[in-house]
Amino acid sequence: MPLNIDSALGIMPEALRLREQRSEVLASNLANADTPNYKARDFNFKAALAQATAGSSGSGPLPLLTDNPRQLQPAGTLAGGVHLQYRVPDQPSLDGNTVDGQQEKASFAKNAVQYQAALTFLSGRIKGLMGAIKGD
Amino acid sequence: MSLFNIFNIAGSAMSAQSVRLNVTASNLANADSTSSSVGTTYRAREPVFAAVFNSLQPNDPTATVKVRGIVESQAPLQKRYAPNDPMANKQGYVYMPNVNVVDEMANMISASRSYQNNADVLNTSKTLLLNTLRMGV
Repeated sequence: MPLNIDSALGIMPEALRLREQRSEVLASNLANADTPNYKARDFNFKAALAQATAGSSGSGPLPLLTDNPRQLQPAGTLAGGVHLQYRVPDQPSLDGNTVDGQQEKASFAKNAVQYQAALTFLSGRIKGLMGAIKGD
Repeated sequence: MSLFNIFNIAGSAMSAQSVRLNVTASNLANADSTSSSVGTTYRAREPVFAAVFNSLQPNDPTATVKVRGIVESQAPLQKRYAPNDPMANKQGYVYMPNVNVVDEMANMISASRSYQNNADVLNTSKTLLLNTLRMGV
């Protein structure tokens, strides 16, 4: 039976990549917490992961593939076909900024823990594969 | 790797907030700098922040921060009768800066909190990156 490393690792590499993208979006929100007219953005992780895994298995909606980083993606989407959305502010501020510092910080911390969790699972699978290869 | 980009994002925010802290310190330091004419009086300054998106990749949602400029407050200056002040003009008046100390204190606390937030983000990303380097070990 041929061993496919990709399928042995499961959805964890995709999850890790999406967590990384999300932490970048959230860091950008926090960095612009005092910028007038900046609109906070985020994406639905569950939907993005479902789309990322559907793309590889051949079922569900496919993301627009590009082979050059300069090719355009549909508006509001990230490289992997992740659909970005604007946050609805709880307390709109006069300067048009929709960043809620507490909410963003909580989301960032939660995302960091989930990144660490995905990393631990991935690490465990790699260790398992290494054990199988070495046979000890 | 996108986690490396967080260093740029949070770093730009930290430098922008430190400019804000510097401007606030300058305003507070000059809150009582009197002058003999309207033109030479210190006016409260405020930095204007702007988000910088990646112009080469229009779908890139991440934005760094830059200080677009520093504007002077156009609020009216306070005129005070102080004939014994060495800066008093012929009529015996001095002009006081339009610095609002309460505003400046609030600005200072907001800037230092934002700076801390970004420093936290930086630290968390650094830890995650270092853990990623040790993946599978």
